[in-house]
Amino acid sequence: MKRLYTHFGDRVFALVLLLLALGVVALALLMAYELYRGGSLALGRFGLLGFALGREWDPALEKAFGAWPYILGTLIVSLSALSLSFFPALAAAIFAAEYAPRWLAQILNFLLDLMAAVPSVVYGLWGIFVLAPWLRDKLQLPLYLWAAEHAPGLLPLLGVPTGYGLMTAILILASMIVPYTAALARDAIALVPREHREAAYALGATRWEVMRLAILPLARGGILAGAFLALARAVGETLAVTMVIGNSHKLPYTLFGGAATMPSVIANEFTEAVEDLHLSALIAVGFLLFLVSMAVNFTAAYVLRRQERLVKGVL
Amino acid sequence: MSRERDLALRRRYWVERLMLALVALGTLLAFLVLFLVLAYALFQGAGALNLDFFLKDMRPPGEAGGGLRQAIVGTLLVDGLGLLLALPFGLAAGILLAEYPDHPLNPYLRLLSDTLNGMPAILFGLLAFILVVKPMGGFSGLSGAFALGFLMIPILARSTEGVLSLVPKEVREAGLALGLPRWRVILSLVLPTARAGLITGILLAFARAAGEAAPLLFTAFGSPLLELNPLKPMDTLPLRLFAFAISPYEDWHQKAWAAGLVLFGFITLTSLLARWASRRRF
Amino acid sequence: MRAKGVLLAWVALAGLGLAQQTLTLVGAGATFPYPLMAKYADEYTRLTGGKVRVNYQSIGSGGGIRQFLEQTVHFGASDAPLDDGRLKEVRERFKTQALNLAYALGAVVPVYNLPGVKEPLRFTGPVLADIYLGKVKTWNDPALQELNPGVKLPPLPITVVHRSDGSGTSYVFTEYLAKVSREWAQKVGRGTSVEWPVGVGGKGNEGVAGVVRQTPGAIGYVELTYAKQNSLAYGAVQNKAGRFLLADLASIKAAANVPLPGDMRVSLTDTAAPDGYPIASFTYLLLYENLSVNEAVKSEAEARALVEFVKWILTEGQRYNEPLTYGALSPVAQQRALALLARVTYEGKPLGKEIVGR
Repeated sequence: MKRLYTHFGDRVFALVLLLLALGVVALALLMAYELYRGGSLALGRFGLLGFALGREWDPALEKAFGAWPYILGTLIVSLSALSLSFFPALAAAIFAAEYAPRWLAQILNFLLDLMAAVPSVVYGLWGIFVLAPWLRDKLQLPLYLWAAEHAPGLLPLLGVPTGYGLMTAILILASMIVPYTAALARDAIALVPREHREAAYALGATRWEVMRLAILPLARGGILAGAFLALARAVGETLAVTMVIGNSHKLPYTLFGGAATMPSVIANEFTEAVEDLHLSALIAVGFLLFLVSMAVNFTAAYVLRRQERLVKGVL
Repeated sequence: MSRERDLALRRRYWVERLMLALVALGTLLAFLVLFLVLAYALFQGAGALNLDFFLKDMRPPGEAGGGLRQAIVGTLLVDGLGLLLALPFGLAAGILLAEYPDHPLNPYLRLLSDTLNGMPAILFGLLAFILVVKPMGGFSGLSGAFALGFLMIPILARSTEGVLSLVPKEVREAGLALGLPRWRVILSLVLPTARAGLITGILLAFARAAGEAAPLLFTAFGSPLLELNPLKPMDTLPLRLFAFAISPYEDWHQKAWAAGLVLFGFITLTSLLARWASRRRF
Repeated sequence: MRAKGVLLAWVALAGLGLAQQTLTLVGAGATFPYPLMAKYADEYTRLTGGKVRVNYQSIGSGGGIRQFLEQTVHFGASDAPLDDGRLKEVRERFKTQALNLAYALGAVVPVYNLPGVKEPLRFTGPVLADIYLGKVKTWNDPALQELNPGVKLPPLPITVVHRSDGSGTSYVFTEYLAKVSREWAQKVGRGTSVEWPVGVGGKGNEGVAGVVRQTPGAIGYVELTYAKQNSLAYGAVQNKAGRFLLADLASIKAAANVPLPGDMRVSLTDTAAPDGYPIASFTYLLLYENLSVNEAVKSEAEARALVEFVKWILTEGQRYNEPLTYGALSPVAQQRALALLARVTYEGKPLGKEIVGR
């Protein structure tokens, strides 16, 4: 009886646990499989490379589908947003970890959590009604009118100033991903052993010098991981971007003009794709998005875990 | 010699000052948008937050009044159902990772879980469309629950693993020393000890999923009516916010801001709760 | 413990809902008639005391057609009737006809945002095509100034707004442009979703109206009701007979003064009617003739409720059309639509004939 309770119980429990946990694995595999299967019509027609690099997205006349405008849009928007958000996020992390008094740091940490939790649609709402009109009226339109008078050669590069386009999307996205870099950077900084700081102070370093010489070099891995995580989030961000990016099918090459990203084209066209090929093309875009996202996330996870192990080793 | 040292010191002093200013400025920039969003939401949406907002359903476009009851209730139902679906898998994965650290599956499980954590939510919606909507022959709150559930599984796995690994090993050792089998140790000692943290993790996953709209676009689909039956299309607050935001009706815009406020309030509450709950020291 | 209580309560409530036999009819499609559909849904739900509820989601005509074909909804709604290819597909896949029932008339109007310009502007088809082709780039372009001699047009750039989703409104608009501009027909064509040469995309009629509303210098195309409900300025368009007409109930109805085929699939754009507004269109409900084929229809009760609802739309519901500036069906059109509805069956039972005949 006791054997049953201990030995058998352990086996059963471990088995149940394993089966359920395999569900997680199954989820990832299922996602990859179903996306590939759904997209196979389009991928078969155009070839994986042909689809990814194709520039035409024409459901009506040509019935040609190429995802390159969306891949390019995603890359431009995410990388720009990351660059823009990196330094403010790092600054916030440094401030919260080193410069701020304890009570302020608590508040800042809470605000960071809050920022990460605010739903995408709320940012998008603000983007449509506040940021886009402001950018259009205060920045784009004056610039456009100036160029129309003084430098008409610039006009094709500028595009039509509507406020809905890459610029707005990048700004909104940058604000949204700040907490991811900031939180991880803050944690990395906080994990640096006290001895390093104290040694630097003992040698007469100023607070900034301590940061620069003793802390940041050790926290580098965690900060990098934070940046990758932020990039991963930026790539997948759907609704806030969809609401302000202008939804154009063309290659994004103007400063003000509209564009689209992989998630935004799916969100816009999925329920309405009438042709089977169109629907399959959208799922194929989803498959590409899955691949890109997996690549970035893998890298982020790898860097993060390596950093964690490094720190655990140091301690 | 002393003069050079003076100059060097002064320069370092100014650099220190400058960096402090830059860091402070950067911090302000980082939080700027959050404050702006909150401020605008308050100004624009507070007016629409009356009792009707919570008690009445949506009116046709162009007609004033009404509320978003169907969306609020729908959010709770779809999200709650999704949580129920996700709990067994997420918790199990977390327990496996934390309690059986040498298990051969672990590295793969961890990697896949972290990867899924960063997946765009819309892909979960696509999967739920293929797996639930098509076979069912229709949109439903249930398919939306599946989409959200898929989203929550990796979140739950990670937070569970994190919380359980904080439980001191003495707890486990004590149980084993008393002759308890491993499964008993986990279920009766480790889990209850970590209860506060576990609940926090669940709450946070719930709050995160409650704000998602993209995966529900082609699963839960939306509805102007209060719907309690999960086999029918249902509405949620983020879905409705999206639809209202891109519409041209002023009244709907105001309601969208109000919906944003409600969501804001909900996540603030959840975050505060999470912070309070995880203040326990071992 | 309390959580369990809440769960039980919910299951009980949901079960109660099921027991009460409330039926929910789900429809999806065009944003063009959304204000009207929402009104129908609201009124009908009230009329049946909540026993039959209607949930219509406006996701675009393309969506309406798609979900109709996927059979995830009871009825679809589209401004563009199903084309021959689709009808054939339905016949071959499901061994039944797809019925296109017109239930209202609408107009697509060119809306614009030009602060300071008071009177409605005049447009011609070719000029609209040139704007949307990107050939006319500013408001004070001679082509536009010529048509509007009395108006001081500002040198604002024209922000072209089109639909980002699959839209029957787009279909009507592009079909019109293809008829009046050969360049458009060759370069872009007609469809619910085309490769727009220029412009930004808004989602749904709502989205386009929203963008135009927020953007000085913007031009877009939306259904008349959206323009009116949001006080957007809209222009007059020159029809085939050469007259510049603003879209209103009279000019919309006049546009429909053309012979109607039995299956109601007809194009009203660039109408030959002298007083007809040139960008008018019927808007259609999509139904399977044999409802048992539709996986979304799960019982005879649902099939009946659906037919009753559609009959109501075609008869008493018509009174809600004109207050929302949609044209109501003429007696001839109504007869045709009801005749189509009468063909609906479910598991062999001639539900349509029975319900329409009453």
